Amino acid sequence: MNEGDSKGNKVERKTIDIVHQGLAKRYRAERRFRLYGLTAILIGLLCLVILFISIVGNGYKAFQQTYLELEVFFDPALLDQHNLSTADYTGLVKSNLRTMFPEVRGRSDKRQLYKLISPGGAFQLRKMVLRDPDIIGRNISVWVPADDDVDMLMKGHFKADVAESSRRLSDKQLAWIEQLKEQGKIRKKFNKTFFTAGDSREPELAGIWGAAVGSFFALLVTLLLSFPIGVAAAVYLEEFAPKNRWTDLIEVNINNLAAVPSIVFGLLGLAVFLNFFGFPRSAPLVGGLVLTLMTLPTIIIASRAALQSVPPSIREGALGVGASKMQMVVHHVLPLALPGMLTGTIIGMARALGETAPLLMIGMVAFIVDVPRGLTDPSTVLPVQIYLWADSPERAFVERTSAAIMVLLVFLMLMNAAAIVLRRKFEKRW
Amino acid sequence: MVRYSCLASLWFMVRFRGQNHYLVSGNIVAGEVTATIQAAAEHYRNLKTTSNAALAVGMLSLGIVGTVVVRSRISSTLRARNLVEQLLKYLLIACSCLAILTTIGIVLSVLYESLRFFEAVSITDFLFGLEWSPQMAIRADQVGSSGAFGVIPVFSGTLLISAIAMLVAVPIGLMSAIYLAEYANKQFRDVAKPLLEILAGIPTVVYGFFAAITVAPFVRNVGSTLGFDVSSESALAAGLVMGVMIIPFVSSLSDDVINAVPQALRDGAYSLGATRSETIKQVVLPAALPGIVGSILLAVSRAIGETMIVVMAAGLSANLTLNPFKTVTTVTVQIVTLLIGDQEFDSPKTLAAFALGLVLFIVTLFLNVIALKVVRRYREQYE
Repeated sequence: MNEGDSKGNKVERKTIDIVHQGLAKRYRAERRFRLYGLTAILIGLLCLVILFISIVGNGYKAFQQTYLELEVFFDPALLDQHNLSTADYTGLVKSNLRTMFPEVRGRSDKRQLYKLISPGGAFQLRKMVLRDPDIIGRNISVWVPADDDVDMLMKGHFKADVAESSRRLSDKQLAWIEQLKEQGKIRKKFNKTFFTAGDSREPELAGIWGAAVGSFFALLVTLLLSFPIGVAAAVYLEEFAPKNRWTDLIEVNINNLAAVPSIVFGLLGLAVFLNFFGFPRSAPLVGGLVLTLMTLPTIIIASRAALQSVPPSIREGALGVGASKMQMVVHHVLPLALPGMLTGTIIGMARALGETAPLLMIGMVAFIVDVPRGLTDPSTVLPVQIYLWADSPERAFVERTSAAIMVLLVFLMLMNAAAIVLRRKFEKRW
Repeated sequence: MVRYSCLASLWFMVRFRGQNHYLVSGNIVAGEVTATIQAAAEHYRNLKTTSNAALAVGMLSLGIVGTVVVRSRISSTLRARNLVEQLLKYLLIACSCLAILTTIGIVLSVLYESLRFFEAVSITDFLFGLEWSPQMAIRADQVGSSGAFGVIPVFSGTLLISAIAMLVAVPIGLMSAIYLAEYANKQFRDVAKPLLEILAGIPTVVYGFFAAITVAPFVRNVGSTLGFDVSSESALAAGLVMGVMIIPFVSSLSDDVINAVPQALRDGAYSLGATRSETIKQVVLPAALPGIVGSILLAVSRAIGETMIVVMAAGLSANLTLNPFKTVTTVTVQIVTLLIGDQEFDSPKTLAAFALGLVLFIVTLFLNVIALKVVRRYREQYE
C-alpha cells in the first residue's frame, strides 16, 4: 500500500510536472493563434480600406472640371440666319480665341491655342444660338469646358517642370494658361456634364447618364421578370411540390445555377437570344433577360428561406377555417414571407447592377453616345462603362472611371441599406 | 404580285436595316436614295400600318370570342375558383421548371457551337495542344497565322492565377472565420462580419480597375526593387486581388460550418484540459473539415469562373509558365476577347470561345456538385 502510494504520488507529480513544463509554451501558442486570427481579419479590413482610399483618391477630382471664360462675339458674318444648326461654330470659337490672344501668329501656334478648348465648346455655342437667335451680334461671356490636358494640368496630374517633350502641353500653351489664370478666366467648376451626358471620346464631355439609364432599363426588365417568376417557383417548390425525384432535381439544379460563372450566362444569351431569336445587339432588353436568368436562383433560394420561416400553425389555421391551399398561400403565407422575399430580391438586383461579364458577350460594350430612350435602343450599363473607360489611354479617364465607380458603389450601398432596413423593420421572430 | 412585293420588302428590311432604317421611319438619311429604295420603304411602311391594324382587329375579336365563351359557361354549377387555382398551379410549375430550362439552354447552346468547333479542330488537339494563338489567317497565303487551339497554356494560366488567389484567400478567410466563430465577442462580430462581407458585394469590375491601376504597378515596383523582372500584367497582381475578393466566400461559409460543430465536442476537449487553440486545431477543425473543404471548392470554382479582374489585369498572351511574375491568360479572358466585337459564326476563332465555355462550365459544375454534396452531407451529420 505504501509502495503503491509513493508510486502513485511519483506518477502524479510527474504528470503535473510535464503539464506545468509545457504550459508556458502552450499559452504562448494560444496567444499566437489568437493573434493570427485577429491579423487575418485586420488584413481583410485593410484591403477594404485601401480599395476605397485608392478609388476615392483617384476619382474625387472628377466631380470638378476646368472651364475657360471666353468673350464671345456672335459674329453675324459667321452665322447664317437661314442655316443656324449647321453654321461653323468651331470657327466662331477659334476667331474669338484669336481676339483674346492677338499676339499669337503662325499656323502651328494657332493650332496649339485652339487645343486649349474642348470640341464641346462649339456645341455649347450652337446650343445657345439655337435657343435664342437674338444673341447674334452681341458680346457675351461664356464658360466653355477646357481640353482634358488643360484640366489634368489644373488638377495637378501633369507636372509643368519636366522637359517639354515629355509632357502633353507645350511651353507656349503653359504660358497662355498662366496668363488666363492671372486674368481669372480659367477656373474649376462643378462637373455637371459628368452626370448629364452620355459617353464621349473626349474625357471632358463624357458622362455617365447614358450608362445609368441603360442600367435602369436592364434592371427594370430583370425586376419585372425575376421577382414574379422567382416567387412563383419558390412557392411551388416550398408549398405544393411533392417530395420526389423531379423536385429534388430542380432543387439541385437551382443550387448549381447559383454557382455557375456569370460569363456562361453571357454565352447562353449570345447563342439563344441574339443568334437564335435574333434580338437586337446591345439592347437593355437582352441584358435584362440574361440578368434575369442569372439572378433567378438567388431570388428563389431567398424566397424559399422566407417561406420556410413562416410557422406551420399559420397554414394549419387557414386550412382549418376552410381555405383552399391556394387561398392559404396567397392570403396568409405570402404576405408574411414577402419582406424576406423582397430583401432577397434587392440583394439579387444589387448583384445584377454590378455584373459586367455576361453583358460583354451580348454586345453591350459598344461605344454609344446617345442616351437610350427605350428597351431596344443600343445602350451600355454602368459597370460596362467603367470597363470601357478603364481601357481608355487618356489620363483624364482614370479619374472619371474612379468617379463612375463611386457612383456605382453609392447605388449598391443604397440598395443594400434598403434591404437591411426592410429586414430590420419586418423581421419577425415566431 | 402581292407576294413578290412582300418578299421585296422583306429583302429590303434585311438588307438595308442598318443604313435605311431612318428612311423607313420617315427621317432624313445621308447618302443616295434611289427610287426603288424609296418605293420599297413606302411599301414597307404601308405593310406595317396594315399589320398593326390587323393585330388590333385580331386582339379585339379574340377578346370578344373569349367573353362570349366564358359568358356561356357561367352557371350555378361551375366551380370557377377550382379551375383558376388549377391554372395557377400549372403556372407555378412552369416557373419552377425555368431553372431546368436554363440549364438545358446553357448545355445545348454551348454544346452545339462547340461541336461545330470540333468539326474544324480535333478534340485531342484542343485538349492536349500546347500552343494557343487563335488568330486565323484571313487569306491563305498569310504568314504565321495558322491558328493553334491548344488549351493547355490557357488552363495553366487559369490554374496559376486561381492558385495565387487561393493562397491569399484560404489562410486569411479561414483564420478570420475561426476568430469570428471562436474568439470574438458579440460586438466585434457584429461589426467585423458585415464589413468583411462588403468585400463580396463590390462589383468585380471595380476589383479589376483596382488591380490594373493600383496593385499591378505596385507589384511591379516592388518586384523591380527586389531585382525581379515583373511584367506589368503579372499573374501575381490579378491573383492577389482575386484572393481579396474571395476572402468573404471562404470566411462566411467556414464560419457557418464551424458554428455548426456541436458545443459538446468543445466542452469535452476543455474538460480534458486543452487550451482553446488546441481544441480548435484538434477537435473543431477536424470535425468541420468536410464543410471547410466544400467551401474551399466553391471558392475555387468562383476563382476559375471570375472574369472581370483577369480581363482588366491579366494578359492576353498564352504563356505556359508557372512564374507568377510573367503574363498569363485565362479561359475567361480568352472567351471575352474572342467574342467582343463583330463575330462571324463560321470561323473556328469565334467558336473556340464556346468550346472554352463548355470546358469552363463542365469544370465549375463538377466542383459545385461535389462541394454542395459535401456541405449537405456534413450538415445532415450534425442535425
